Amino acid sequence: MIVGEQKPFEEIWEMIKSFRKVLVFGCNTCVAICHAGGGKEAEILASMIRMKAVQEGMSMEVKHAAIERHCEPEFFDTVIEDVKTYDVVLSTACGVGVNFLAERIGDIPVFPGVNTQFFGAVPKAGVFVELCAGCGNCILHLTGGICPVARCSKSLMNGPCGGTNKGKCEISQDVDCGWSLIVERMKKLGTLEKLYEIQPPRNWSTGAFGSPRRVVLEHIKDIEEQEGKN
Amino acid sequence: MKSGSNLEKVLEGGYFAVTAEVGPPKGTDIKEMIHHMELLKGKLAAVNVTDNQSAVMRICSLAVCKVAMEHGVEPILQMTCRDRNRIGLQSDLLGASILGIKNVLCMTGDHVSAGDHKGAKPVYDIESVQLLKAVDGLNNGKDMSGNELKGATDFFQGAVVTPEASPLEPQLMKFDKKVKAGAKFFQTQAIYDIEKFKEFMKHARKFPVKILAGFVVLKSVGMANFLNNNVPGIRVPQALIDELKAAGKEKALDTGMNITARHIKQLKDEKICDGVHIMAIGMEDKVPMIMERAGLL
Repeated sequence: MIVGEQKPFEEIWEMIKSFRKVLVFGCNTCVAICHAGGGKEAEILASMIRMKAVQEGMSMEVKHAAIERHCEPEFFDTVIEDVKTYDVVLSTACGVGVNFLAERIGDIPVFPGVNTQFFGAVPKAGVFVELCAGCGNCILHLTGGICPVARCSKSLMNGPCGGTNKGKCEISQDVDCGWSLIVERMKKLGTLEKLYEIQPPRNWSTGAFGSPRRVVLEHIKDIEEQEGKN
Repeated sequence: MKSGSNLEKVLEGGYFAVTAEVGPPKGTDIKEMIHHMELLKGKLAAVNVTDNQSAVMRICSLAVCKVAMEHGVEPILQMTCRDRNRIGLQSDLLGASILGIKNVLCMTGDHVSAGDHKGAKPVYDIESVQLLKAVDGLNNGKDMSGNELKGATDFFQGAVVTPEASPLEPQLMKFDKKVKAGAKFFQTQAIYDIEKFKEFMKHARKFPVKILAGFVVLKSVGMANFLNNNVPGIRVPQALIDELKAAGKEKALDTGMNITARHIKQLKDEKICDGVHIMAIGMEDKVPMIMERAGLL
């Protein structure tokens, strides 16, 4: 799932304070699970904005709404015309949702209410951890299912750096050394000797630092080609 | 042997090599740094020039290496992978080569979070093992993409290792990979326990590489405790801390220098390793005195 955190209220207020008619627009999938931007959080945020407006002596109409997902067009169908009646939309979806809505909403600004963090897992309620960096070139079969790109602070490919210390990372005692985890796991699997092979420099172009990425399914490619010809 | 490196000549000749380091300053006033270079001139096999050490922005290693050469000191260009991608690293290596720099030390580099520009984007496009391979490639006339170079480099390349890393096994694995990737010499993280270091040397001696044991002079009991609590892979034994304590505050630094000199002498006399690397960290002027006490001058 995509993990996000609500932006500090002061930052949100600075974005929207000059608008009169505001919609706080939540997404009920990932960001609802991490309590950052679901329907409930959108409702709370909308009332905080209303209170702030009263405190500041400003007249502002603030409503809230939410849909199931902000990353697929059909979920917008029933609400998009209503959304277009506001001066500004404060989206509490992830960054994908903000971008996707911005492309659909004409000349109305869409602002982010959430800092989108990473995609991760929920080891226990209220805790979210990054386990995959979405690098587009998976090597988990070489590292015991533990990702050095996401879980080593330096994304190293050939073992721990000199900063590893009793299983922790040099950047903080609160961060596990990804390579310590990998070595322990490979030992358990009886495949430690595989780590002695030198991994060549990675091709990072498949990752977020290449160019904007796009995946098109094979059968859809055919259809797109046909449409192009017609 | 073709690099023309003095360090290589000393090590390959079977002599005990001594290196120290110079940390480039933050700013353009290099008077003090040049003073340190002049103090070290003629006494050492080579001098490391650190690369934005601890991720603190300073003068680049490359420029200071050139200045060192102008002052009669053979430099070891430290190169970390934190601030440059493979294009930048290889380009700087070619630049170093035409300036006449012979030695390069390949490291991954402290994370930006340790330094004074914490919001900087860390690079780590490649890391120490891959950088060593890249140097080997450049020495053989090829860049990392396999393109032919018009003129190859001829570096004597080294790497670092932490003999007291905890746990040790992953560190030794990386050491093996660095050897395979072409490292010819190693400078170690600071060591304080010679018996433990001997254990590491048993492993290292299986490989055809030269090992220079690292030293950081203890200035006080507080510093020893700080190293034990904060620096990964450094362990100051209690006996040395007691020795510093017994000496009292005033004589702590002098005692620390004696400890370093004693350890260096033991390593040399017992032929435990191939040389030493003294990291004076702001006390470069004390290096000659330590060498004298160790019987090296």
